[in-house]
Amino acid sequence: MIINHPILGPRDAQEFVYLGDANLINRPDGLTASPQEMHDYVYLRTNPAGEHRELWYHEQGDRSWLVVTRNTVTHEITKVELARDVARQMGRSK
Amino acid sequence: MRYSGFRVIAEALTGHKGWKPVWRDPQPQAEYDYVIIGGGGHGLATAYYLAKEFKQARIAVLEKGYLGGGNVGRNTTIIRSNYLLDGNEPFYEFSLKLWEGLEQDFNYNAMVSQRGIMNLIHTDAQRDAFTRRGNGMILNGADAELLSRDQVRAMYPFLNFDNARFPIKGALTQKRGGTVRHDAVAWGYARGADSRGVDLIQQCEVTGLRIENGRIQGVETTRGFIGAKKVGVAVAGSSSKVMAHAGMRLPIESHVLQAFVSEGLKPLIDGVMTFGAGHFYVSQSDKGGLVFGGDIDGYNSYAQRGNLPVIEDVAEGGMALMPMIGRARLLRTWGGIMDMSMDGSPIIDKTHIEGLYFNGGWCYGGFKATPASGWCFAHLLAKDEPHKTATAYRFDRFMKGLMIDEKGQGATPNLH
Amino acid sequence: MSQVNRISGGQIDRTQSIRFTFDGQPYAGHPGDTLASALLANGVQLMGRSFKYHRPRGPLSAGSEEPNALVELRSGARQEPNTRATVAELFDGLTANSQNRWPSLRFDALAINDRLNTFFTAGFYYKTFMWPAAFWEKVYEPIIRRAAGLGSMSRLEDPDEYDKGFLHCDLLIIGAGPAGLMAALTAGRAGARVILADEDFRMGGRLNAETYAVGDQAGADWAAAAVAELASLPNVRLMNRTTVVGAFDHGIYSAVERVSDHLPTPLPGKPRQTLWRIYSAHAISAGGATERPVAFENNDRPGIMLAGSLRAFANRWGVAAGDRVAVFTNNDDGLRSAKDLQAKGVDVVAVIDCREGGDLLPGIRHLRGAEVIDSGGRLGLKSISVRQSSGKTEVIRVNALGVSGGWNPNVNITSHHRSRPEWRADIAAFVPGAGGPDNLISAGAAAGILSTHGALATGQAQALVVLERLGRSAKPAALPKAEDAPIAISPLWYVHHGKGRAWIDPQNDVTIKDVKLAHQENFSSVEHLKRYTTLGMATDQGKTGNVIGLAVMAELTGRSIPETGTTIYRPPYTPVAMGTLAGRSRGKEFKPFRLTPSHKWATEQGAVFVEVGNWLRAQWLPREGETHWRQSVDREVLATRKSVGICDVTTLGKIDIQGTDAGAFLDRVYANTFSTLAVGKCRYGLMLREDGMVFDDGTTARMGEHEFVMTTTTANAVTVFRHLEYCRQCLWPDMDVQLISTTEAWAQYSVAGPNARRLLQKIVDQDISDVAFPYMGAGNVTVCGGLRARLFRISFSGELAYEIAVPTRYGDAMIRKLVEAGAEYDAVVYGTETLGVMRIEKGHVAGNELNGQSTALNMGLGKMVSKKKDSIGMAMAQREGMNNPAGYRLVGVKPVDAANALTAGSHFLEIGAAPIVENDGGWLTSMVYSPHLGSHIALGYLRGGDQKIGRRMRAVNFLNKTDIEVEIVSPHFFDPEGERLRG
Repeated sequence: MIINHPILGPRDAQEFVYLGDANLINRPDGLTASPQEMHDYVYLRTNPAGEHRELWYHEQGDRSWLVVTRNTVTHEITKVELARDVARQMGRSK
Repeated sequence: MRYSGFRVIAEALTGHKGWKPVWRDPQPQAEYDYVIIGGGGHGLATAYYLAKEFKQARIAVLEKGYLGGGNVGRNTTIIRSNYLLDGNEPFYEFSLKLWEGLEQDFNYNAMVSQRGIMNLIHTDAQRDAFTRRGNGMILNGADAELLSRDQVRAMYPFLNFDNARFPIKGALTQKRGGTVRHDAVAWGYARGADSRGVDLIQQCEVTGLRIENGRIQGVETTRGFIGAKKVGVAVAGSSSKVMAHAGMRLPIESHVLQAFVSEGLKPLIDGVMTFGAGHFYVSQSDKGGLVFGGDIDGYNSYAQRGNLPVIEDVAEGGMALMPMIGRARLLRTWGGIMDMSMDGSPIIDKTHIEGLYFNGGWCYGGFKATPASGWCFAHLLAKDEPHKTATAYRFDRFMKGLMIDEKGQGATPNLH
Repeated sequence: MSQVNRISGGQIDRTQSIRFTFDGQPYAGHPGDTLASALLANGVQLMGRSFKYHRPRGPLSAGSEEPNALVELRSGARQEPNTRATVAELFDGLTANSQNRWPSLRFDALAINDRLNTFFTAGFYYKTFMWPAAFWEKVYEPIIRRAAGLGSMSRLEDPDEYDKGFLHCDLLIIGAGPAGLMAALTAGRAGARVILADEDFRMGGRLNAETYAVGDQAGADWAAAAVAELASLPNVRLMNRTTVVGAFDHGIYSAVERVSDHLPTPLPGKPRQTLWRIYSAHAISAGGATERPVAFENNDRPGIMLAGSLRAFANRWGVAAGDRVAVFTNNDDGLRSAKDLQAKGVDVVAVIDCREGGDLLPGIRHLRGAEVIDSGGRLGLKSISVRQSSGKTEVIRVNALGVSGGWNPNVNITSHHRSRPEWRADIAAFVPGAGGPDNLISAGAAAGILSTHGALATGQAQALVVLERLGRSAKPAALPKAEDAPIAISPLWYVHHGKGRAWIDPQNDVTIKDVKLAHQENFSSVEHLKRYTTLGMATDQGKTGNVIGLAVMAELTGRSIPETGTTIYRPPYTPVAMGTLAGRSRGKEFKPFRLTPSHKWATEQGAVFVEVGNWLRAQWLPREGETHWRQSVDREVLATRKSVGICDVTTLGKIDIQGTDAGAFLDRVYANTFSTLAVGKCRYGLMLREDGMVFDDGTTARMGEHEFVMTTTTANAVTVFRHLEYCRQCLWPDMDVQLISTTEAWAQYSVAGPNARRLLQKIVDQDISDVAFPYMGAGNVTVCGGLRARLFRISFSGELAYEIAVPTRYGDAMIRKLVEAGAEYDAVVYGTETLGVMRIEKGHVAGNELNGQSTALNMGLGKMVSKKKDSIGMAMAQREGMNNPAGYRLVGVKPVDAANALTAGSHFLEIGAAPIVENDGGWLTSMVYSPHLGSHIALGYLRGGDQKIGRRMRAVNFLNKTDIEVEIVSPHFFDPEGERLRG
């Protein structure tokens, strides 16, 4: 696969490390989250057959974490964003 | 009809006119007591044991494609019970014992072949870990032996002993491990289930689960609604898709695992061998093909095909272990969808919906589990309580912090 | 033997002779020959035996689809089983042997299977060999396994090298026949970056095998001219001997270039083969079509081959497969074979055409409405039985028969993404279906366009499509004139007359009868048919025969062929050598070596090294007279504890963490608190995964208000860094914190022992007295009169200890300096074994305890997890299952009798308890011999271990059959109060 890095352009997916569902960005606060909330965050996945937003890390590159929108049936990639930008859009800050 | 050597001879002498269909192609009934979704190894075994061991009737297996077309038809055929953790080992040992009597039980030669499995040791820490594992296996009633480097060399002199990046220091071996002709497992269970009245319905895809007042009513399918008192889901890589019909999100991701077979070769490798330093495992089929594999591709996928880097990675592992296979040729690669769970161990459990039961999360190790998975799922379906070897395989183990994490990798499915 | 069947013409160099042997017999051929063409020229038809029935076999084809003529090519360590004689290029001195036969190809004992064929039907083995149960492994299977397999491996290391390479292009064209050449000319002339790959050593595809004209020249000459023009274009890369074997995501293809297979041995510095990873924006599949036979009784004898191959051998190689040939066809293309052979002067005795119509062939006996129903000849074809339209049967004496059942477009590569081919009734064949690889389109015969004109036209048209997508303008050149004969085919899959076996998968010995049996037993789906009969699972993946099996199943079930469906091809297109896929990653080069800064020095000292991940670390450093590793390790331990020892600890991960939020960031990623750490101090940090399990540990130092240096374990250096970047970028994107991995930037040495300070003070420029540089101190210092360095007063050994880090380029100098400065203290340099002994004596956890399955509580570090702040894993660590009071706790273990050795991995059992899992108390994680204590000691995880200190139990190892009485003790065997490290 080829991931079109928003800064570096097209790169072979072999340079990246995969983590999974981009919802991992939505980490609840450990002090206030309920056990169920924390459980759902850590363990449950939608795991769609189709469009999937997912985290990839450019380990053999510039160390960017990316949010890649990829179809899990066809492997077509339709969007690649910096995870930091996505995290900010989701309202995360410090 | 009963299969035997005499039967084969008798049929041969009379023009093979007497062989009967191995299963019927029934029309779905309006309602069943049990509907099993998924006509792969686990689903067929579940139906077989429900009928045979738990004396249940009015059972259907619904398969969206053809029987045995899931991971039971696309794996590397290994059976073993060399697990580390107490949540797993009794279950897999139960499975291995069922394998040992399976062919006589279902009257089908699935070529269960206990030629042994060997996990190579490359470091002292690995030896420590394998010693722990081997002792745990023995405490659970399984067999295990530790082999020295010289013993390994005597068995496989062509392994890389003299110029290895990661030297071979010995091996943990389970002699009762081995391989099974994978398709025959599906067919044997299917034939056994069919002969006991189970309706095996192919080309019947489940498109919805009908749930009323928290209770399952039946399943919507491409061949119409089919009522059911109990529905068991055993669909491996499609688990999330099917359970989404019940509004459930699972502790599972679907990943692609590739498997490989070489051209047919005269006998080289008797048992199963795993090369821990290189993500490579191999055995040789009775037809002569080397059957091998390595890591999963590592990303969520339902595509049933993999990519080139893993193919190269697996070949590199093979060459590092056995420099003599350079001139053997890879014949085919294929991919299956693995239901990778959050701790690398399976789930056989009820759900919050009454009458809906789930069996999945087998990762890439589901084949060896087929008999016990079927038996334990049938037990749960028939008795509403888990079989004693499958008590740990619950959904709520994640809530309770009772993960069964053989590899110690945590909630990152592609690392299991 | 002379080349009795060599006829005129062909693309071989008759001026040169090449000598080769087959089964020890010497023969001669010419440059341009394949092994198969040369053997046929020499009158050899028998080249192999089939898998199951050991039937005598000759080549079915002239190309890579060959299922029969498989040989063991070359000898010794280069022996290469299952090599298709039809694509093996002849070279001087070539040796080949037949395979899967014993004792000889002509007399094969296992041909008895053929006599017993009525028992060995499809899947017979599933129905028998079940009793008695133990006989499977002991009797039945060993017999089956001994008989199984095709060729044999040498079992010797492959002496050749393999390479890998990467290529990028606008357009990859797969196949250099008329369609591929025309596409390449069109795209190449327009300036696109084109790669044209063809599996053959000679480009031109079918044009080399035909007598057609293209434009005003012979097809082969037109192809040669096209290749010459393409070679002159700098933007076109021509790759012959290169098979595109797999289509992967996003325009990535794998291709195998057979760089040296046409040579006796690779030229110096050259690989045998190269695996290319081709990144293409667009691709055109122009891989042509493969002919299929018509099945009839005994249709597998040597001498019976595909009609198009018969003509290819004649036209391209100047070989007649026999001197009396016949052709059996259901389409016009078969007639061409008869015409071409006749034109070459070969005696074409009959054309058997199942159709009533069709051209009359002047000068050839053309039997219309007839079928071949049987053949004769044990080791080679001697006759065929023909059933004429009148119903009369006639035996015709021939020694070669061409069979044509039509052509299958090569849809192989287009189905690698599981796209299902679609049926086209007009050509009675499958063509590429929808949903194939992105930006892959097909042209020519591969697309079902089976005439030369059609190939040229679609090659050009598809190239224009690509050019337009690339944004390049191009004007189509005038196409050269070429034949454009319609496809006139009357589908005939198998001959219904005759009761014997008619082969559809000759290698695996699958016959029409097997398909019928599969249907009878309800293995009617195409996948069941394939798996039950093994149809299409041979080394050719059923390129010639699959469709016949499907057609027969369709007929039996009363469904159409499209309703019956088809199985799909999987990569690779043709089998690929494992060595090619592995490339240079083999032997010691399997993974890169990471070497520590003291590696050169340690090598000079004769150190013994050990693999630690990709690192090589000194395991121990033997001195003269030491013959057992324990002598060295005991000496290193005792000398360190007595005076001072030095160890290279560079492999530990080092991460510089800077920014105004660095302290707060560490509070989030460590379970304990770091924001309160004073500048100039270090602290032990415990890092959890989000699931609450221990991830990693290490010391982190505060070098300035906003500047920390973290250390990680060697094993987790990469994953911790990845995790920190994840936390920084994904979880808390606005934190002012920057990270850089400095593992390889600093050479770091541990200096431990009572004389550690004295030694180091000789090197460090600043005062490092206990007051100036107290326990857990950290700071930037200079050494050797001004070289910048980092100093940490931390201890893994339990001794007064420091870690000194200098820029890596000074690492070698530093070890020498330390050794020199330590001479007066009898300093030793120690390796990982001594490191392990001392850490276990001190009760520190390491890899065997940090196994990813352990909680802080298990390790006795439960109090370190602060609940006052949110940190990764804090919340999940509170779950009940991870806080079981009777759960595993880290303990120390000593044998009651100090003479008894312990083994790590032994399990704890109470004294007198039965060896069953219910009594399993845990296990010994790590074991060493402590020279200090004069006994083996171990750490272990014991259920309720904190309540069992002082208790006696057993450490049982069933694998080496030891059962040792042990005492459970504190894990802190040595200096539990920590007085020495504060000294």
